[in-house]
Amino acid sequence: MIPNSVAVTPELVAEHGLKPDEYERILALIGREPTLTELGIFSAMWNEHCSYKSSRLHLKTLPTSAPWVIQGPGENAGVIDIGDGMACVFKMESHNHPSFIEPYQGATTGVGGILRDVFTMGARPIAALNALRFGSPDHPKTRHLVAGVVAGIGGYGNSFGVPTVGGQTGFHTRYDGNILVNAMAVGIAKADEIFYAKATGVGNPIVYLGSKTGRDGIHGASMASAAFDDKSEEKRPTVQVGDPFAEKLLLEACLELMTTGSVIAIQDMGAAGLTCSAVEMGAKGDLGIELHLENVPCREEGMTAYEMMLSESQERMLMVLDPAKEKQAEAIFRKWGLDFAIVGYTTDTLRFVVKHHGELMADLPIKELGDEAPLYDRPHVASAPPAVVPAESVVPPMATGDALVRLVGTPDLCSKRWIWEQYDHLILGNTVQKPGGDAAIVRVLDGPKGLAMTCDVTPRYCEADPVEGGRQAVAEAWRNITAVGGLPLAVTDNLNFGNPERPQVMGRFVGCIRGIGEACRALDFPVVSGNVSLYNETNGVGILPTPTIGGVGIIDDVHVHATLAFKVEGETIVLVGETKGHVGQSVWLRDVCGREEGSPPPVDLAAERRNGDFVRGLIRSKRVKTVHDLSDGGLAVALAEMAMAGRIGAKVTAPAGAPVAHGFWFGEDQARYVLTASKAEAERIMAEAEAAGVPAVVIGTTGGDALTLGDEAPISIDKLRRAHEDWLPHYMTGPEAIAAA
Amino acid sequence: MKSAVIVFPGSNREQDVIRALRVGAGHEPVKVWHADTELPAGTDLVVLPGGFSYGDYLRCGAIAGRAAIMDAVRAHAARGGLVLGICNGFQILVESGLLPGILMRNRDLRFICRMQHLKVERTDTAFTRAYAPGQVIEVAIAHGEGNYEADEETIRRLEDEGRVIFRYCDAEGRVGGKANPNGSTHDIAGICSEGRNVLGMMPHPENLVEDLVGGVDGLGLFRSLRAA
Repeated sequence: MIPNSVAVTPELVAEHGLKPDEYERILALIGREPTLTELGIFSAMWNEHCSYKSSRLHLKTLPTSAPWVIQGPGENAGVIDIGDGMACVFKMESHNHPSFIEPYQGATTGVGGILRDVFTMGARPIAALNALRFGSPDHPKTRHLVAGVVAGIGGYGNSFGVPTVGGQTGFHTRYDGNILVNAMAVGIAKADEIFYAKATGVGNPIVYLGSKTGRDGIHGASMASAAFDDKSEEKRPTVQVGDPFAEKLLLEACLELMTTGSVIAIQDMGAAGLTCSAVEMGAKGDLGIELHLENVPCREEGMTAYEMMLSESQERMLMVLDPAKEKQAEAIFRKWGLDFAIVGYTTDTLRFVVKHHGELMADLPIKELGDEAPLYDRPHVASAPPAVVPAESVVPPMATGDALVRLVGTPDLCSKRWIWEQYDHLILGNTVQKPGGDAAIVRVLDGPKGLAMTCDVTPRYCEADPVEGGRQAVAEAWRNITAVGGLPLAVTDNLNFGNPERPQVMGRFVGCIRGIGEACRALDFPVVSGNVSLYNETNGVGILPTPTIGGVGIIDDVHVHATLAFKVEGETIVLVGETKGHVGQSVWLRDVCGREEGSPPPVDLAAERRNGDFVRGLIRSKRVKTVHDLSDGGLAVALAEMAMAGRIGAKVTAPAGAPVAHGFWFGEDQARYVLTASKAEAERIMAEAEAAGVPAVVIGTTGGDALTLGDEAPISIDKLRRAHEDWLPHYMTGPEAIAAA
Repeated sequence: MKSAVIVFPGSNREQDVIRALRVGAGHEPVKVWHADTELPAGTDLVVLPGGFSYGDYLRCGAIAGRAAIMDAVRAHAARGGLVLGICNGFQILVESGLLPGILMRNRDLRFICRMQHLKVERTDTAFTRAYAPGQVIEVAIAHGEGNYEADEETIRRLEDEGRVIFRYCDAEGRVGGKANPNGSTHDIAGICSEGRNVLGMMPHPENLVEDLVGGVDGLGLFRSLRAA
C-alpha cells in the first residue's frame, strides 16, 4: 500500500479526463485508491490519444499485411521492404489541437515527433510531407494560423535537415475551430537493422537520452483527447516547445549508437512522455520496469514524480541497453552534447514501479495498463446517402473558360507555392519531383531506386458518403503514385474526426474505415502505420471527416518516371478512364455554382486498378513521360495544371458521346488520367487500351500559349497562371497591404 | 587536391557538398569534427557546409564562427588556402572575420527555398574559373537569413576590388527588383576575400550537379576546384 498525500476526489478524476466508470475500472484493477502519480499515469495511458479506446475495435478491420510488409501498425512506424536489402520506414501523425492553440510550436513539435518515430526504428529520414486543413479564409484566425503552421513546419524540418517534398492544403469553414496538421515522415534503413520497442532481458539498464525534462506539455495527450471550447486558449501551457537542433543531434547520436550493437530496445518519448514509452517497452517484452526518477535529467528544480511522468518535453528517447556496452554508448552521447542517464532497469515482476528518492510513487501492473485500457464500441449511425446531382439538372452560371479561371484561383486549387517555398525541399540532393506534382519522388541513396510519396483525402466526399470517401482517399493516393510511375506499396493513415461520442460522427468514422479497408484490400495497398485524432470539435461543431492517407510507392529506376507538365508541342492528348460527368460534390458545383451537395463520385476499384496498371506500364516502358491524375476540378483543371507547369498550351475538344459540357470538363469521375504522346505512339496506346479493356479517348493536341476548351475562346496560360499563383500570396499579405501597394 | 568538410553540430548539407565534390571535383573529401583543432595535413580546400550550426541560436553562424576548428581554418586561409562557405558556411565566415559584412533576415522575413538565377560576375577565382564571365546560372537557394548587408565603405571596396563573385538576377541576367530574393545589398549572393581564396555564398551549387535533380549549373564551381 502506498501512502496517499492527495485525496482523489471526483473533480480530480474528471480533471484527468477519466470518466467515473473508468475510475471504477482503475479501482477494480489495483484494488485500492491510486496515488496522484498513478492517477496521472492512468490518465496518460487511458486517454483516447494513447489507448485508441474508441477506434481500436474498428482499426482491427484494416488490412495490414502483404509479402513486402516487415512491420505493420503497433510500432513507432510501419516498415516495408523496398528490395536490395533496404526498407522504407514511414508514418503520419496529427498535431491538431496544439497547432490551433500555438501554431508555430504545435506544428514544429508535430514534425519533430514524426521524425523521431522514424529514426527510433533505425531509419534515416529522407523526406517529410504534410496535410493541412484550415478554416475559411474569411475567418479572422485563418491567416495567423496558416502563417504560424507553415513557418513552424519549415522551422523544424529545415533545421533538422530533411526535405519537405509534398502534401496537401485545404480550407473549409468546418475547420474554423479545429485546424488539422498531419505530418508524415519517410526514412530508409537496412531491412535487417530495424530497431523495435520490445525490451528483453531482466536487469538491463533503462537509459534516458536527449534533452532534459521540463514542465512543458504536461497533459498534452489528454488535451488531444477532449473537445475545445472558448477557453481553449488557456491550454497554451500544455503545448510543447520544439528544438530541431537537439533533434538533429539526437538523430545522429542514435544512428551512431545503433551501429555499435548496444541497443536492445528503443522508444521515443512522445505523447505522455516517460510513462508511455516505459510502459510500452516493458509490456511488449513481458517485463516489469522500475524507474528511479531522481536520475532523470531535469531542466527545472523541484520537479515532482507526477510532473516527470507526464512531461511531454521534446527530443527525448528511452532505450534498453546491453550493459556490456554502456560506456561506449555514453561516449557517443557525450560527443554529441546530449544527456545520458540510467533511470531504471528491467525486472521480472511485470510491475511498473516508479520511485523518487527511494519513495514509492507508483506500483502498477504493467501489462494491464495497456491491455486493460477501456475499449468502447461507441454507438454509430450510418448517414443517409445524399441524392445524386445529375449534371443535366445544373445550369452552368458561367462559361467553361471563366469557370476554369475561377477554379484555379480558389483557396483549395490555387498554387501552394507560398507554402512549399518556405520548406527546404531540395536538401540532401535527392528530390527528383519537387512539390507541385502528383506525387513527390525522392531518390534512395545514390539510386537507381526512388520512392514516390503523397498525402490525400477529399473531406467533402467523406462527409457526404463516408464509405465512398474512404475508398476515394486511398484510390487517389494510389493513383498519384501511379501517375509518376511508382508501384504503390503501403499507406499510413491519419484519421481526423470529431467527437466519437456523437453517433453521427462515429458513424462517419466507421464508414470511412470500411471504405479505406475495401480500397486497401482491392489495391494491395496495406495500412502499416497510423494515428487517430478524435474530438476535433469546438463548441459542438466538428470538422469534416478527414482520414488522410499517406501513400508510398517504389520506382525501380528513378530516371524512368512521369511528370504532369506538357513537354512537347504537337503531342496527342489522351484521356484514360471513363468520364460520366459526375458533378455532385465537385469543386465546380461548390465554388462556381455555390452548391455544396450531392453524392461524391463512386469509386470502381477494379477500374482503378486496371486503368492505373495500364498507365504505369506505359511510364515504366518509357513510352509516356507526361501524366496527370484527375481529381478536384476534373479534366479542365488537370489540363490547366499541365499547361501552366509546362508553359505549353493545348487545344482540346469533347469527343462524340461525351456528357454535358460542364460534366465533361469539371466532373470528378474517378480512375482517370491525362497523358500525352506522339501521334504515332498515341495510336498504339489507343489500340492497346482497347485490347486491355481500358477506356481511352483522344481529346486534343498540345501547343501554343493558350488553352482552348471546345469552341470557346482560348485562355492564355499567363491569365491562368496569374489566377493560380496570386491567390495565396495576396491572401497572406492581407487586404490592407494590397490596398496600400 | 585534398579537401576537408567541417561538420558542426547542426550542419545538415555536408553530404550534399561531399557528393558534389565527388561528382564535380572528382575526389573524396574528409569530414572534420568541429571540436578538432587541426586540419588534416596537406588540406588544400576547406568547406563549411550549409545547415543550422548550433541551431543558429544566438545569431546564425555566431557560435560556429568561434568553434575550436575555426582557428585552424583562419590559419589555413592566411596561408592562402582555399575556403568555401555555403549558406550557413557563409554566415560562419562573416562571423569568424574571414569575410566582411553580415547576413540579415530575408526581406520578407520568411525562409525561402526555390530555384534562383545568378550572374557569375568574376571568373578569376579558383572557384569560378570553369564558368564564362557574366554567365547566368540557375541554382537553389534555401535560407532564412541571406540578406547581405555591410557598411557603404565595405560595399564600395568589394565592388571596386571585384570581390562580388555572384549576384542574384533573373533568367536574362537582369538584376534588381523581384530578381533579388532576400533584399541583399547590390544583389550580392557571394563574395570573396582580398586574396580571392575565401568564397562565401548563400546559394547551393552543391544541389545542382545532376540532370536528374534539377540541373547541372552548380557543376562549374566544383569543376573549377578540380583544376585548382
